[in-house]
Amino acid sequence: MAKVTRGFLGRRRPAEAGRLPPGQYDVGRDWPVLTAEVTPRLDTASWTFSVEGLVERPTTWTWDEIHALPPSTYNGDIHCVTTWSKLGISFTGVAVDTLLEAAGPLPAASHVLAFSHTGYTTNLPLDDVTGGRAWVAWDVDGDALPVDHGGPARLLVPHLYFWKSAKWVAGLQVLDHDEPGFWERNGYHDRGDPWLEQRYQGD
Amino acid sequence: MGASGGGRRDPWHTATVVGIRDETATAKTFRLALPGPVEFIAGQHYIIRLTAPDGYTASRSYSVASAPDGTNEFEVTIERLPAGEVSMFLHDEVVVGDELEVRGPIGGWFVWRGDAPAVLVGGGSGVVPLMAMLRLARRTGRADLLRLVVSVRSPDDLYYADELPGPEATIVYSRRAPADAERAAGRMGPSDLEPAIMPDATAYVCGSARFADAASHLLVDLDVPVERVRVERFGPTG
Repeated sequence: MAKVTRGFLGRRRPAEAGRLPPGQYDVGRDWPVLTAEVTPRLDTASWTFSVEGLVERPTTWTWDEIHALPPSTYNGDIHCVTTWSKLGISFTGVAVDTLLEAAGPLPAASHVLAFSHTGYTTNLPLDDVTGGRAWVAWDVDGDALPVDHGGPARLLVPHLYFWKSAKWVAGLQVLDHDEPGFWERNGYHDRGDPWLEQRYQGD
Repeated sequence: MGASGGGRRDPWHTATVVGIRDETATAKTFRLALPGPVEFIAGQHYIIRLTAPDGYTASRSYSVASAPDGTNEFEVTIERLPAGEVSMFLHDEVVVGDELEVRGPIGGWFVWRGDAPAVLVGGGSGVVPLMAMLRLARRTGRADLLRLVVSVRSPDDLYYADELPGPEATIVYSRRAPADAERAAGRMGPSDLEPAIMPDATAYVCGSARFADAASHLLVDLDVPVERVRVERFGPTG
């Protein structure tokens, strides 16, 4: 049980409080940038996205090829483990379902390890990137995704803490086991559900 | 961590504020004591959680500024952000003797264990985790392993002004330099970083998103391999 802090009342509870997972605050119009690596300079002319590992047809898309797939848009909220949430944001790209259908995960597939052009990785159960809950996104609120927010394209898994939404995403490796990614090896939770406050290993 | 097999241990601990001192007009260092020994690695952070009587909570991460010293105490330096719910409360309400809930230490990436060469580049309050590293190096007699370059707007904005200067530290003033400074005020550039670069060093860059981007690209342009640059960016964390 949390212990009451002497003198702390907190700021006025926002009307959107029900939309905020526990321990999160509404960052408003800001969109903080938190990254552990040097921001890369990626060229869409040589950009690729791959689905590999335990799939029937390992597949790589170029920038033009992935844009030829049926587009899909997410409208909703995002939640960062550092306690900010951004309410009412819109991303457009392609559903991960579409990409996985093309590659055909084998029956043993249970997890994916998302990897970025920078070497960043993050792990996700297959269930969390299917069923219309994950995207490879390149537009935000109608504009091209800025490079400091992961452009030209990032993974988007908005129902989990935002470190799962790998910036500068390069592909998914389909696995039959869970393999911790970059932050997960460095103390963060393997799943990262903000509504369960799965921030760190052991939560 | 560690106790996952058995009953889950409450990760939150009650710390007592045992000291508060001003670093600048807008930054204070809080010295916190825990019931047991504090073990952390320079560069790690703790979370401070505030709880209102109705159960509402607000928590933020703060880098440790002190070096591990074998005691049950550690220090965090906190910038008072306008409209920062947690930092304003800590600055304006908390006094010595108060109890605060903390969790940590956290982080396994932006850490320095004191045994390998490192180039530290900090902007403004981004110096905090780097100060933990510098203090560790000096305490263990290994200051030769470190070079620190810190960029601040003016002398009034420099944290740890009495302690930080030394042969391994360079201070860059971006807007206003002290009267006796050799370098005129101006944005940090390649010539500020080049003397700090050592072969096989890992670079640790900490500051605002804008500062961190600029500094990390300066390092890469000076041929520091991109995989040897570790970055900690912060936004408005209130």
